[in-house]
Amino acid sequence: MKITVIDYGLSNLLSVQRGFEHFGAEVEITGEHDKILEAKALVLPGVGAFKDGMAGLSALELTPIIRKKAIEGVPLLGICLGMQMLFDESDEFGVHKGLGLLPGRVELIPQTDALGQRQHVPHIGWNNLYPGGGRNNFDGTILQEVADGAQAYFVHSYEAKPQNPQNRLADTIYGGRKVCAAALNGNVMGCQFHPEKSGEVGLKIIKQFIVLAKAFF
Amino acid sequence: MRKIRLIARMDIKNENLIKTIQLEGLRKMGDPNEHAKKYYEQGIDEILYMDIVASLYNRNNLSEIVRRTTDDVFIPITVGGGLRTLEDVRKALQMGADKVAINTAAIKNPQIITDVANVFGSQCMVLSIEAKRSRTQAGKWEAYYDNGREHSGLDVIEWVKKGVDMGAGEVLLTSIDSEGLEKGMDCELIEAVTNAVNVPIICSGGVGNAEHVLQAAKSGASAVAVAAVLHYGRTDVPTLKREIKELGVSVRL
Repeated sequence: MKITVIDYGLSNLLSVQRGFEHFGAEVEITGEHDKILEAKALVLPGVGAFKDGMAGLSALELTPIIRKKAIEGVPLLGICLGMQMLFDESDEFGVHKGLGLLPGRVELIPQTDALGQRQHVPHIGWNNLYPGGGRNNFDGTILQEVADGAQAYFVHSYEAKPQNPQNRLADTIYGGRKVCAAALNGNVMGCQFHPEKSGEVGLKIIKQFIVLAKAFF
Repeated sequence: MRKIRLIARMDIKNENLIKTIQLEGLRKMGDPNEHAKKYYEQGIDEILYMDIVASLYNRNNLSEIVRRTTDDVFIPITVGGGLRTLEDVRKALQMGADKVAINTAAIKNPQIITDVANVFGSQCMVLSIEAKRSRTQAGKWEAYYDNGREHSGLDVIEWVKKGVDMGAGEVLLTSIDSEGLEKGMDCELIEAVTNAVNVPIICSGGVGNAEHVLQAAKSGASAVAVAAVLHYGRTDVPTLKREIKELGVSVRL
């Protein structure tokens, strides 16, 4: 199984690569159109600011290609900023358009918690994953093997707000509020946390993405 | 009290894991990669590598160690020591680091904080502060650099406020006075810093047991860096975490 990781110059690609290789997948890291068009499973990683991420994709003219692949039904996994870029737009450093594959916006995490107390932004650390969007469990998704309440590693200042509740695959609780931890829209999925940095829990998710991708072809 | 992260701090000199006392008196502890793997398997929350002579010689030896860590360690890795330019940071991230800790370069040129935050995100920019208690003024600390060798004249509280304003997403706060002694952290320092800024503070220096972690958590620490007690094998990660939990502090088990 080959996993194609989209390289647009803004990410820690080595850890993502190692995560997939851990399960015997072949990893191709590329920003080339031909290779991405041939991909059978796509990963969109990302660390940094939304504006820079989208600018990176635009500079390589990758936006329409990623959209095309997603619409064709190829499994696409966005990680952290990569998940945020799947949405319509973000407020980070001005309003910027995203890939528009998940309806919703990306907004700054509030500086105060649900009780009005000061809270840390960025949200950094291990936090629990709960089924979101009215789900009772994670069955049939990349989180299938993950226990309700298992912990994953988050590092982010902005949070995605899916327009449709059913796109909320997983929530975490930060400052007494639900924050979208994972999103799902058919073959398009994203993790706000870093599966490649979430120990055994994260590895289960990476493994399940490979399983889903294999099932697709 | 929020959930606290436990971070294995590994100070590196040449290719060796070393341990210092008050940032001096080095002792070799062995292969850093073996230690990192062991701590990962035991359930540590993050790894912190610090190249302790890098600033002094203007180089960074950690690349290969970090790259090897990504083979079998799937938790966040922070790298510090001798990072001076955006290019140095880019290279560290390419080698597998998730965050960079910057002290000396930030003191000499604070603009690097903003530059790193703008290009790689503030979550990646950890401001490293080596604090030493003032002998003349109570409740004051001065920021040191070059791994505690040089004093900057900067007041720690003023400096941390400025650093966070300039874009640091996290602070690594090392108490030079407590470092390596395993007799507890400088909780007054932790409290002063956590009250001054609204980003997570990783506290380093002085952890000898679970009680010390409880005190740091009560003082506002988001994360605690642990070194000597792990490196010398006085305890292990599961035992330490279980004891921390028993004291009522939330921790990932």
